[in-house]
Amino acid sequence: MTTYTVPEILNEARTHYCAGCGHGILHRLVAEVIDEMGLREEAIGVAPVGCAVIAYEYLNFDMSEAAHGRAPAVATGIKRSLPDKLVFTYQGDGDLLAIGCTELIHAANRGENITIFFANNNVYGMTGGQMAPTTLEGQKTLTTPSGRNIKDTGHPIDAMKLLENFQSVVFLARGILTSPKEIAKTKSYIRKAFEIQQQGIGFSMVEVLSQCPTYWRMTPVNALKHIEQTVTKQFPTGIFKDI
Amino acid sequence: MTEKILLCGNEAIAEAAIQSGCRYYYGYPITPQNEISAYMSYRMPQVGGTFIQAESELAAINMVYGTATTGKRVLTSSSGPGISLKQEGISYLAGSELPAVIVNVMRAGPGLGNITPSQADYFQATRGGGHGDYRTIVLAPASVQESADLTKRAFVLADKYRIPVMLLLDGMQGQMREPVLIEPLKETEQFDKSWCLTGCKGRKPNIARSLYLEDKALPDLNERLLKRYAEIEKREIDVDQYKTGDADIVIVAYGTPARMCRSMVDLFRKKGVKVGLFRPITLWPFPYDLLEKTSKHTQEYLVVEWSAGQLIEDVRLALGKSKPIHFHGVLGGRLMKINEVESKLDSIIANMGAHI
Ligand SMILES: Cc1ncc(C[n+]2csc(CCOP(=O)(O)OP(=O)(O)O)c2C)c(N)n1
Ligand code: SF4
Repeated sequence: MTTYTVPEILNEARTHYCAGCGHGILHRLVAEVIDEMGLREEAIGVAPVGCAVIAYEYLNFDMSEAAHGRAPAVATGIKRSLPDKLVFTYQGDGDLLAIGCTELIHAANRGENITIFFANNNVYGMTGGQMAPTTLEGQKTLTTPSGRNIKDTGHPIDAMKLLENFQSVVFLARGILTSPKEIAKTKSYIRKAFEIQQQGIGFSMVEVLSQCPTYWRMTPVNALKHIEQTVTKQFPTGIFKDI
Repeated sequence: MTEKILLCGNEAIAEAAIQSGCRYYYGYPITPQNEISAYMSYRMPQVGGTFIQAESELAAINMVYGTATTGKRVLTSSSGPGISLKQEGISYLAGSELPAVIVNVMRAGPGLGNITPSQADYFQATRGGGHGDYRTIVLAPASVQESADLTKRAFVLADKYRIPVMLLLDGMQGQMREPVLIEPLKETEQFDKSWCLTGCKGRKPNIARSLYLEDKALPDLNERLLKRYAEIEKREIDVDQYKTGDADIVIVAYGTPARMCRSMVDLFRKKGVKVGLFRPITLWPFPYDLLEKTSKHTQEYLVVEWSAGQLIEDVRLALGKSKPIHFHGVLGGRLMKINEVESKLDSIIANMGAHI
């Protein structure tokens, strides 16, 4: 029988995330991989503005906040100063693909040797469930009360497709957290991305379709089903780039 | 560098940053400060430093933030429209208690304005510019040599108080060329770097943050900052007073207008009129008390600035309604002519009547 304990890399803090939220699982995966690679003392993370803004309450290593969307620029400034450290950002869909889209694209295009973890939950969680660039067609949110109308608001942005063609982007993968099997797969992407950074090869990003039961107005179990049955149709999982 | 070389103000700032141990520069092109990034693009590689032409001023200031969290000296520069974009980052630097140096080589505004020299960003620089209760130290050079010297001071002040420091120049200061001596900064102080992000080996994790949710945590930060600002106001005020000791008329000006007014002091002294020049070098903290002291003997004040009247508000704060304060402002980046100041002084003197 396996006994799960809190590793040193996670603080024993009470979570502020809603029941069934994907952020907690993704935090744990990132932390476990860093721990397994023996890099806790080498890691510097950059938190977003979004539900994960206080990620540093849970992750027990050096971390910085960043203004909304600017995490890739902040991470650039850290990595250029300390090229031997393991530098990553953790960002939501509003943070990464709306307000911070420019910083994302240019950090990727420069081939900054950093890793981005992108928690895509199809909404703005922190501000009360508004439409995000990744909100699905027809999805009801606080600011799309009759469902997202793509004629007015455009199509959901696919970050994998967006970054694929940048030559300096080395590793792109999208995972989900809906079952132990999928969680293990997602964890392997996280590890691969960090290994690439350790080898100094260039820019890596792992997107995770992260459940937001609260603003999807679903039970946690139904939120997982929604990811498997619906969200992955718009955002398929797998490795999109690995060079 | 051990001998004088001919540089423009922008280049002098860049070289002085290098001589201050700054090895990180992030910037986005905008006139009239482009010489800084051009200079850094070849100088930084020579000294093993980092130069990035960022995708925007927003990105540049946030790269500054990132490097500042690691405790290294870091510089960015821009002009009006770009400085407006940097304000978000400057507020975050202030809130996170991070040292950094920001150069604003002012052009005329508002909006895109034009690229001619101006001092129209005085309010933005001295009143914060970004959101929240914070201050930045603001230094205003009036020569190429002083631009270099104040750059070195800016890095020391930033480290000492963990605060963003702004160098505020009119475009003329950035563009004009003068011989300048830029020696390596002599470090006299050790700065605490225990707060930096370096990887948490052998210590508890450090967090660079400006978010304070816990009860009383934000008021605590605000109070800590206020105490630091009070300390800065006590120790770091700097002003160049030229013949103000016995002056009947004091001109208050900074940057290029101050330099022009200095010659007016000599001209009018030759004519037998006791004119002096009060040139604040620190615009924040502003030398209110020192200016007020002159009012014991000075009868009239003339504020000369390259804007619609911004510095004049600090002069009013210092003097209240005790003395007449005259104003000569030049707008829209039009070049200031020295005889405009001369005739303004003539008219002040004519109206002063009996007491000179
Ligand atoms: C400049 C700025 N604009 C707006 C906000 C308000 N804000 C906070 S979080 C957020 C959106 C977060 O959504 P997302 O990135 O999708 O992350 P999630 O909360 O869903 O994890 C917004 C708009 C802010 N803090 N700063
Ligand atoms: S609002 Fe959504 S994303 Fe935010 S903590 Fe709750 S479930 Fe998670």
